[in-house]
Amino acid sequence: MDLSWMAWTWPTAIFFVVIALLLFGMGLWEFARPGGAPRVGILRFETTRGDRLFISLLGSAFINLAWLGLIGPNLWWALALCLVYAVLVFRYV
Amino acid sequence: MDKPINNKAWLFVLPVLVLVAFSAVIPLMTVVNYSFQDTFGNNQFFWAGLEWYREVLSSERFHNALWRQFLFTGIILAIQIPLGVAVALAMPRKGWGVPVCLVLMALPLLIPWNVVGTIWQIFGRVDIGLLGYTLFNLGIDYNYTQDPLDAWITVVVMDVWHWTSLVVLLCYAGLVSIPDAYYQAAKIDGASRWAVFRYIQLPKMHRVLLIAILLRFMDSFMIYTEPFVVTGGGPGSATSFLSIDLVKMAIGQFDVGPAAAMSIIYFLIILALSYVFYTVMTNAGRER
Repeated sequence: MDLSWMAWTWPTAIFFVVIALLLFGMGLWEFARPGGAPRVGILRFETTRGDRLFISLLGSAFINLAWLGLIGPNLWWALALCLVYAVLVFRYV
Repeated sequence: MDKPINNKAWLFVLPVLVLVAFSAVIPLMTVVNYSFQDTFGNNQFFWAGLEWYREVLSSERFHNALWRQFLFTGIILAIQIPLGVAVALAMPRKGWGVPVCLVLMALPLLIPWNVVGTIWQIFGRVDIGLLGYTLFNLGIDYNYTQDPLDAWITVVVMDVWHWTSLVVLLCYAGLVSIPDAYYQAAKIDGASRWAVFRYIQLPKMHRVLLIAILLRFMDSFMIYTEPFVVTGGGPGSATSFLSIDLVKMAIGQFDVGPAAAMSIIYFLIILALSYVFYTVMTNAGRER
């Protein structure tokens, strides 16, 4: 099957593989501990672990965009910040 | 009692997953791929890295289109939601008036978007349009092709005409589902008209209002066809909303890379705002 029209590159392929692995991991987690672990965190509304992953990924996208727009094109520090942000989201939200 | 969990149910979701993959996920992946590359056609791509994102984020054109989009959506929601609720409250609950009102309300929703644009483009013309000609003869200097304010008013009024019916129908569905017992209890307590609205009708309409606000937010944030047909994004770029600007960039200029980067940013904004809207409103409903 010719997928050249999708213009794949290694960096974008790795990005999507990571997203797919995250979803797969969340599926395994849900299988091991069903129910989604709902709780009310600092945002004062109930979130499941799926919600927390969504908030982490969406927030990370905006962190990267803000870093790119305000600081510069070197996004490695932004990626580190995203990891810290994701840990905080999974811990406190 | 807890509901039983049957994992076989996932099998029934699979066809939808496949459909969504083909209609949304694969195109989205392609747009992400395009947003990091440059192309001159012929299926040849060159790695551009973050260049297009940096260009779009620092582009005044994008900032202006985004600002216009937020302004348009804010105006639309501020008009359509209260107006839709008011019209739904005024509609009859029984008798021959019900089907008449429902059909009248449904009519604008049945008209294709490009036809709505054409109707209003002709309607607003000073030489042959009823609205434009009437305003001209009343001494009002109205010309949506040359005056940005007139263009904005035309586009907003057109959208209100087209889509307020949706809010009306959703609210009406919420209103007719309220049992008579609530109204009788309110009457016995001597509740005012406002109290009935505030404590009976509004809470009962809460869920449909949530759907109405979400639908109108997303639709108005993605609006393309109607303003494109009426004003073409002009005069100048006065009514060039995000989607119009995006199409100009992608198809008009064949800047596929920057257009893809802009699409991703546009998508992220819609996703974030929809999530915030949905979360705030569903949690407000639970607290109530």
